[in-house]
Amino acid sequence: MNGGDRVLDIITRFLSAQPPALLWGLAGVGGVLALGAVIAGLLTVTRPGKDYTELRQRIFSWVVMIGLLAAALLAGWQATVLLFMVVSFIALREFLSLAPTRREDRLIILAAYLAIPVNYAFVALDIYGIYLVLIPVYAFLITPYLMAVIGQTRGYLSSVAMFHWGLMTCIYNIGYVAFLMRTSDADLPAGAAGLVFFLLVATEFNDVAQYVWGKLLGRHKIMPKVSPNKTWEGFLGGWATTAALIWFAGPLFTPLEGLGLAIMALVLPVAGFAGDVTMSAIKRDIGVKDTSHLIPGHGGILDRIDSLTFTAPIYFHLLAYFALESF
Amino acid sequence: MIRWLRWLLLLLIVRPIARFLTGADVTGREHLPLKGPAIVAANHNSHMDTLLLLSIFPSGAVMRVRPAAAADYFLKDPVIGWFSRNMIGIVPVARDKVASGEDVLAPAREALAAGDIIVVFPEGTRGDATDEMARLKSGVARLAEAFPEAPVTPVWIQGAGRVLPKGEVIPVPMNCAVLVGAPLHWHGRRTEFMDGLRDALLKLKAQAPPLRWS
Repeated sequence: MNGGDRVLDIITRFLSAQPPALLWGLAGVGGVLALGAVIAGLLTVTRPGKDYTELRQRIFSWVVMIGLLAAALLAGWQATVLLFMVVSFIALREFLSLAPTRREDRLIILAAYLAIPVNYAFVALDIYGIYLVLIPVYAFLITPYLMAVIGQTRGYLSSVAMFHWGLMTCIYNIGYVAFLMRTSDADLPAGAAGLVFFLLVATEFNDVAQYVWGKLLGRHKIMPKVSPNKTWEGFLGGWATTAALIWFAGPLFTPLEGLGLAIMALVLPVAGFAGDVTMSAIKRDIGVKDTSHLIPGHGGILDRIDSLTFTAPIYFHLLAYFALESF
Repeated sequence: MIRWLRWLLLLLIVRPIARFLTGADVTGREHLPLKGPAIVAANHNSHMDTLLLLSIFPSGAVMRVRPAAAADYFLKDPVIGWFSRNMIGIVPVARDKVASGEDVLAPAREALAAGDIIVVFPEGTRGDATDEMARLKSGVARLAEAFPEAPVTPVWIQGAGRVLPKGEVIPVPMNCAVLVGAPLHWHGRRTEFMDGLRDALLKLKAQAPPLRWS
């Protein structure tokens, strides 16, 4: 066997060890992306004169994000935990940089970053009981205590609330995505990676479906004070489309069926919408449109994962209640 | 040998550290000069400013980038001095010798003549991180006058004073916005040039995200 064949052989053996539904799913997402790139390419040729830079950037950024995610999912739970640890860090850095902070808070900011490795350590150790309470109870208590210790009482409550919000959304809720990887593959149709894959597909699909329905039919504003571009038509259309996706494709990637699947289909799209709108309210309060320019064409990482901070915990808890023995 | 060591240090150590600590959120990257002689003029609130600016140049141009830095501060200690000169690549400015009539900008002019990209902080020293801009010193105008062909690129760095404020030792990761403006050129009058630079910097500052820091 020559070198090329051997590499091919290793790749084939690696891929055949992966759940087929996951591979087909990833291939499907790749196909949709390729189609988008072709359409964007055609637009530039058939309708020149308009600036398509942002569309191009958007698609290229999707390629990078999906590439990173697919690589991590195929590489296993260690890589996925590491990836979401980095996501948590960048998200928290973005959040703390936009939120009002003071020079005397620097120690607390450092402590908030330290919560990231501690939180993900319990994902890596697979100790669910501690993970559950670490940030919601103990980081919740330690943060105000630390502030009291350094004698910082000016604007105490609002400062503490700001740190709590950052810890919960950026670290705890996003950590659930990584924790999905610790479920045993035995009774899962597409492995633990399939669970993560489907959560991300459903969440992002919901964002896109709401946007598309809103563009097509949008008339009645749903929250003009927070998100002037969001409409009832977009919300309801996205809800119905995503619910259908979850109902029909859910059984391919998750062990859900019947009532559990129905509840997931109804709840997840609403959670995604809620996450999006809540982050918009925060951005409006701070006075920015995007949380940074990290992802060309998309904005910051918080702009991309706003829905996920709401969908990840509800997805995990519904799965745990209805289908997963280990939690 | 030392030049290559500097190149490796800047790309493999300084750049990842600067990105980790600041996010290096750059807008207007296309305005950065890629060859010398050129001058980059930025506001100054933190030692992070220098690392951040060194980290946003492409690998092909970073060897040419030379931050102007206070000789009385960085060259006091022999070890820090060696590192500042050879690794960070500073061009020393002897702030304390201005009164004696010595030509403190001579090293900067030499570097420009050799085709380097000089980074200057016209405020003269680090501010206190509440993004006020101090009065600009006119050394940058004298350099622009000596090299009228060199573009002067204004850069506003927002938030570096939160990562590492003056007087602190431990850096804390916070996003920094780096706004690079269109280059200015020397047109023959010093006050006009300094007013133009000041306006350009303030205009960039107005585009930066709000800084909620007190």
